[in-house]
Amino acid sequence: MSDDHASTPIAARVRRFEERLAAAGLVDDAELDAILDRFLAGASPLNGASIVARAWTDAAYRDRLLTDANAALPELGLSMRAGLQEQRLKVVANTAARHNVIVCTLCSCYPIGLLGPSPSWYKSEAYRARVVREPRAVLGEFGLDLPAEVEITVWDASAESRYMVLPVRPAGTESLAETELAGLVTREGLIGTAAA
Amino acid sequence: MSDPDPGMPDMVARFVPGDRVVTRALDPDHHTRLPRYARGHVGEVVEVQGAWPLPDERAQGRPAPWAEPVYTVRFTAADLWGAGGHEVTVDLWQSYLEPYAESDGEPLGEPSA
Repeated sequence: MSDDHASTPIAARVRRFEERLAAAGLVDDAELDAILDRFLAGASPLNGASIVARAWTDAAYRDRLLTDANAALPELGLSMRAGLQEQRLKVVANTAARHNVIVCTLCSCYPIGLLGPSPSWYKSEAYRARVVREPRAVLGEFGLDLPAEVEITVWDASAESRYMVLPVRPAGTESLAETELAGLVTREGLIGTAAA
Repeated sequence: MSDPDPGMPDMVARFVPGDRVVTRALDPDHHTRLPRYARGHVGEVVEVQGAWPLPDERAQGRPAPWAEPVYTVRFTAADLWGAGGHEVTVDLWQSYLEPYAESDGEPLGEPSA
């Protein structure tokens, strides 16, 4: 992140909000600073990419990840504990027959503690309103044209769970090392608006 | 949203995966996290996620937030929108759901415009 935004109106509102939360005894400054430090230091789509690459190369890990992602993340030194409390992560696997895509129609819930900030389009009213209704068309606008026989599931993160897509391993990658495989995974692939 | 029944244990899960449920067709004045497009529709429980405080209660500042099970519920696009071949899953608190049997007839929710 670049530039100092401290003088902008939104920064002033956030500071006032922090002060009110602290005054109400709901949170303290040290706690907030620790959370921000963890977030800035550790949250990135690269975390998702490394999880995906491990799942592509280790079938047993893939099963553990799909069964209980919160328990599987620490095997890679990752967790969903970046915030004030641990969030539940659900990883949904794409297959040749089914493609998954994530949205939060009510706001913009996203696993930011793990993957970093969400893309601006993810927060847009257009995405949130349209992807639940016409996902195939929306994915086409992202350049992802799925064959007609591939079924689509849209996951609306409307409660406390956060979601991540496990893309299908691209063809022709059998000889790649795990770190090279991780390089193939994009933030869009983890949301479902790209193939990987 | 009706007041919680003080006699009802708040952590008991009413539903299991495979159960057919119908979402309430409410339009409360207070905060809720039952999306409008999913109100009054029949779905199938896919997973029991755990239990969390009901946001409707928290937003109204009730002193003892009422924790209850949250479910992944799957709906077909045909039911929600009247068109489309896809599915939509929505994460829903137990208070948003009622059991559904075929004999109950058509739920109140019409396909969203």
